[in-house]
Amino acid sequence: MAHEVTHKALVEFLLRQGDNALILGHRLSEWCGTGPALEEDIALANTSLDLIGQATLWLELGAQEAGGERTANDLAYLRDAWDFRNLLLVELPNEDFGRTLLREFFFDAFQLPWLTSLASSSTKAVADIAAKSVKEASYHLERSADTVIALGDGTEESHQRMSEALDYLWPYTGEMFIDDDTDQQMADTGVAPLPSTVRPVWDRTVNEVLQLAQLPRPESTFAHQGGRNGRRHTEHIGHLLAQMQVLQRSYPEATW
Amino acid sequence: MVDTHEATAHSAESPSEADIWAWLEAVPDPEIPVISVVDLGVIRGVEVTEHEVTVTITPTYTGCPAMAMITRDIKTALSGHGIEHLAIETQLAPAWTTDWISADGLARLEQYGIAPPRQSGVPARCPRCHSNSVERVSQFGSTPCKAQWRCKECLEPFDYFKCL
Repeated sequence: MAHEVTHKALVEFLLRQGDNALILGHRLSEWCGTGPALEEDIALANTSLDLIGQATLWLELGAQEAGGERTANDLAYLRDAWDFRNLLLVELPNEDFGRTLLREFFFDAFQLPWLTSLASSSTKAVADIAAKSVKEASYHLERSADTVIALGDGTEESHQRMSEALDYLWPYTGEMFIDDDTDQQMADTGVAPLPSTVRPVWDRTVNEVLQLAQLPRPESTFAHQGGRNGRRHTEHIGHLLAQMQVLQRSYPEATW
Repeated sequence: MVDTHEATAHSAESPSEADIWAWLEAVPDPEIPVISVVDLGVIRGVEVTEHEVTVTITPTYTGCPAMAMITRDIKTALSGHGIEHLAIETQLAPAWTTDWISADGLARLEQYGIAPPRQSGVPARCPRCHSNSVERVSQFGSTPCKAQWRCKECLEPFDYFKCL
């Protein structure tokens, strides 16, 4: 090992993993009871449950690495927007079923190779969580890819909606692959590969699925950023947190 | 504060690890009560020392809400057998797999109406009429560990235990 991993960078890294899972898990949970069909409703809720389970593991480890003064619940319910480290992609509103599934597909197509790499992390606790989560991620990708193809190559209306969703979401996909100092530290210490190294696998999966979905891949390489470093979230996360955190904010330390 | 009472793990006759395993065999899975938590493969270890019994469990799915109930049920069952000092530890690695479900557990799943997991991801047959003409309704089902399938012969829907 070339360098000793610093706690600060490791905590930042763990928050990114946990916050992505938590925020996307919350977005998917918003479909509970309103899915377009019972089976889809159940699928979205189950995927959400997996993601919130993964978020719990990441944030528990993050809380522990940060010194143990805060719990995973504190991190989830008592931080404000600027302290969240999730990708902008996952905080965007669901809009319709098509956009929800396309967003999930973009995320899943990243998570599968990403978690696969993390499963051989130099930090055992990271490797353990990744090895556990990757099984779930692989199942999520299978379903989100199938649904994107079915809707893209579906009716005139579903195709139209998927095209609009693609135009909207595309500029938010690039943030996944932008390496920064934290990523460099993780790579130097063998905790995680640089996110940019996942791009070729992601491109391959995305190109294949978009082609089958009859959706031309946008050419733009512009990328919105500011979520995973917390510098500039979208306005949407505030609304999300207002709903997600209201109970703990109104009744501090309330438990079931 | 100093506790002046010397903690005693259990009465004169200490239970053996085999006893603990046997008692855990009687703890049903909260969602699928025909199989025990041992059959499900979530019990990864039992250790009995002079002062304490430690049971190590592993989650099936990261977000499975049944894990909290399983923990509680284990505590209740073992305290019923006089175990006062019990530690339940959670272990993530190696990650749980459906390969750990016992042969007996697999047979009882099918009897109960849940098609057991298979590597191919496709149930072998309808758990009711045993026809192998089946189709998938949804990749997900009533719990994180199940998917919804339907028999094209008897037309009944059924749960399939996802292969993980």
